[in-house]
Amino acid sequence: MKKEELSEDELLDQVTSTEYKYGFTTKMDSDTIPKGLSEDVVRLISKKKNEPEWMLKYRLEAYKIWLSMEEPDWANVKYKKPNYQDIIYYSAPQPKKKLDSLDDLDPELKKTFDKLGISVNEQKRLSNVAVDIVMDSVSVATSFKSTLAKLGIIFCSISEAIQEHPELVKRYLGTVVPSGDNFFSALNAAVFSDGSFCYIPKGSKCPMELSTYFRINEAGTGQFERTLLIADEGSYVSYLEGCTAPQRDENQLHAAVVELIALDNAEIKYSTVQNWYPGNKDGIGGVFNFVTKRGICHKNSKISWTQVETGSAVTWKYPSCILKGDNSVGEFFSVAVTNNFQQADTGTKMIHLGKNSKSTIIAKGICAGKSDGSYRGLVHISKGAKNSRNFSQCDSLLMGDKCGSHTFPYIEVKNNSSQVEHEATTSKIGEDQIFYCNQRGIGTEEAIALIVNGYCKDVLNQLPMEFAVEAQKLLEISLEGSVG
Amino acid sequence: MLKINDLKAGIEDVEILKGINLSVNKGEVHAIMGPNGSGKSTLSAVIAGNETYEVNSGSILFDGEDLLDLDPDQRAHKGVFLSFQYPVEIPGISVSNFIKAAITEKRKVLGLGPISAKELLSSMKEKMELLSMKKGYLSRNMNEGFSGGEKKRNEIFQMAMLEPKLAILDETDSGLDIDALRIVANGVNKLKSKENATIIITHYQRLLDYIVPDFVHVLHNGRIIKSGGKELAHELEEKGYDWVTKEADEKWGY
Ligand SMILES: Nc1ncnc2c1ncn2[C@@H]1O[C@H](COP(=O)(O)OP(=O)(O)OP(=O)(O)O)[C@@H](O)[C@H]1O
Ligand SMILES: [Mg+2]
Repeated sequence: MKKEELSEDELLDQVTSTEYKYGFTTKMDSDTIPKGLSEDVVRLISKKKNEPEWMLKYRLEAYKIWLSMEEPDWANVKYKKPNYQDIIYYSAPQPKKKLDSLDDLDPELKKTFDKLGISVNEQKRLSNVAVDIVMDSVSVATSFKSTLAKLGIIFCSISEAIQEHPELVKRYLGTVVPSGDNFFSALNAAVFSDGSFCYIPKGSKCPMELSTYFRINEAGTGQFERTLLIADEGSYVSYLEGCTAPQRDENQLHAAVVELIALDNAEIKYSTVQNWYPGNKDGIGGVFNFVTKRGICHKNSKISWTQVETGSAVTWKYPSCILKGDNSVGEFFSVAVTNNFQQADTGTKMIHLGKNSKSTIIAKGICAGKSDGSYRGLVHISKGAKNSRNFSQCDSLLMGDKCGSHTFPYIEVKNNSSQVEHEATTSKIGEDQIFYCNQRGIGTEEAIALIVNGYCKDVLNQLPMEFAVEAQKLLEISLEGSVG
Repeated sequence: MLKINDLKAGIEDVEILKGINLSVNKGEVHAIMGPNGSGKSTLSAVIAGNETYEVNSGSILFDGEDLLDLDPDQRAHKGVFLSFQYPVEIPGISVSNFIKAAITEKRKVLGLGPISAKELLSSMKEKMELLSMKKGYLSRNMNEGFSGGEKKRNEIFQMAMLEPKLAILDETDSGLDIDALRIVANGVNKLKSKENATIIITHYQRLLDYIVPDFVHVLHNGRIIKSGGKELAHELEEKGYDWVTKEADEKWGY
C-alpha cells in the first residue's frame, strides 16, 4: 500500500543528521598565548601587536571595568557560563608575514577558504568584493586595497589602522559602544586582537562591496573582533560579514563589537551571514555568540542592518541604531533560524533622538527541532524626536511542536507627534502548502525551502545578490529534514 | 491509463470513499458530478496522494503502476495533475519562481538540467496568451490576494506549463465569470490530445457545453452510483440528483 511514513519525530531527527558543512580545522602553526585573562595578558596582547601607549591604556581601563561587571542573565537563553580563565585570548596563524595580495596567502589557509566555498580568487575576479579575513583573531589578508586607496577609502585590519591611522581610531573607537556598555563589550575592548577598519571619505561612494570573513580555528580560543566603520559626510558603503567555525565539542566564545558611524548624509548598509558552529544534535559544543553591534546616525543619514543568522549554539545580539540626527533613518532586517538545541535572543534597538527620524524593523524567526528563538526589540522615541516614525514587524515560523518562539517588544514613546506601529504573527508551515507543492512535483524538502524563502523574502531582498544566494543555501542546509 | 479498483479511503474511522471503481483511457474526458459532500474532492485528493486521507483498501493503477506506492511528488512526476478546488497561497514566492521550481524538479527526474530562463519565459508567455492572462501575473506571489477566478486560471496555467497525462479539474469552473469560463475551457480543449486524459469535477452543465465529456459519473455518498454518456449531465441538470440517489440509498441502505 502506501509508502511507510516517517513519524514527526523521525523527521525531526533527520534534521539533526544534517552535518555542519563548515566543520573542519585547518592545520597551521599558530602563535598562541597561554589560557587565562589578567592584566598581564592584556599587556601581552597589546605588546604582541606593537600597540601605542594610548591603546594599551584603553584596554587596561576596559579590563578594569570588566572586572567590576557581571555577566548578564536577562536574555531568554540558558547556557553554562564560560570560564573566562579557560580561554585563549590570542592566537595568530603563522607565518605572520604581511601580505600584499591574496595570492601570497598561506596554502593551508587558502585551502580553508576554498572549503568554505569563499574561493577568494573567484570572489576577487567575479564579484567585485574586497575581502578581509579574520582567522581566529588576526586579520590575514586584505584585498583590493590599492584600488580603494585611490579613492581615499581605507579598508584594513583594525591592528593596521591603529598603527597607520591612529587619529581616526582614537577619535571614534568606543564612541558608539563604550567599553562599559556591557559585560561583553568591556571584555572585547580589553582583549580584542583584530577586526576590520573602514573609512569612507566625504562624498565618496564605495564602488564595491567590502567584506570580511571571520573564522575561529584554533581550539580553545575565543574570538573577539572589533569592527569600526566610519562613513564620512555624504558617503556610501555596503559592508558584508560572514562567519564560520569548525566543529568542536567544547563551546567557543565569540564576543565581537561593531561600531558604525554615519556622519551627515551618509549611508551604511551592513549585512551579516552568520553561520558559527551550532553544536551537535544533542546540544554539545557550538559557538556562544555574544555580540554588540551599534551604529550612530547623524543628520539625514541612514544605517541598515541586515542579518541572516543560522549558526551558533547561543546567540545574544541586538544590532542597533542611535538616530541622533534629524531626518535620520535606521533599518533592521533579520532572519534568525534556530534548530536542534540552538537558542537565539536577538533583535534591535532603535533610539530616536532626532526630529523626523524613521526606523523600520522586519524580524523573521524560524524555529525547528527543540530550539528556542526570541525577538527582543526596543523602540525608544525621545521627547525631542518630534514626528518620528517606527514600523515593526516580527514574524515567527514554527516547524514541529518542540520548539519555542517568543517576542519581547519594548516601546517607549515620549512625545505625541510620533507614530509607532507594531505587527506580529506566528505561523506554521501548513500541510496544505506542502501538499500543494508536492502535487506540482516539488518534493517536501524543496517545498519547505521554497516556503521558507518566501517567508524571508523581504529580508533576503536586502542582501547583495551573491550574498542572498549564499544565505538561501544556508537556510536550506540548516533546515534540512525539519518537517513538522 | 487510470484504473481505480474498489478504493476505500477516509479519515480516522470515518469512511468517505466506500469502494470506487473507475477506468479512464487515453484521450478520454470524464465528468464526475454529485451532491455536496459526496466525496468528489476526496477522490481527487486521494489520487494525488494527500496524506490527510487514509487509504483502507483498493488500488489506483496509473499506466500499470499503483499510485498508492508513490509519494505525491512522484505521482506528479508520472503526469498526475490536480487543479485544486481551493488553491493554496504561498506567500513570497512568485508565480514564475514557483513554476520554475516545479519544472526544474520534473526535469531532474527526467535527468535533464535546469531549463534556460529564456526557454521558460517564452513558454510561459505562450501559455499565458492561451489563457488570456495579464502580464502582471508572473511576478505576483502564488495565489496571494488572488481573486477566486484568478486562482482558478492560475491552476490551469500551471497545468498548461506542466503538460500532465492526467488532469483532474476540481470545480475549476466555480468562481470563473462567463468570459473566463469560455477562455479557460478553450484552453483546456487545446491542451487535450489523444495521449492525455481529463477528469472534470463540476456541478454545472455549462462547463460541459465547452468541454464535452465522453462519460459522466454520479458520485454519491462515496460511491459511483450511475455512469452514462454526456446526456446524463443534461438529465441531472434538468431533474436534479434525487431520482438517482434514491435508488442508490435503497440499495445501500442509507
Ligand atoms: N479533511 C477532512 N476532515 C473531515 N472531514 C472531511 C475532510 N475531507 C472531507 N471530509 C468529509 O468528507 C465528505 C466528502 O467531502 P468532499 O470534499 O470530498 O466532498 P465534495 O464532493 O468535493 O463536495 P463539494 O461538492 O461540496 O465540493 C464530506 O462530508 C466532508 O465533510
Ligand atoms: Mg469538492
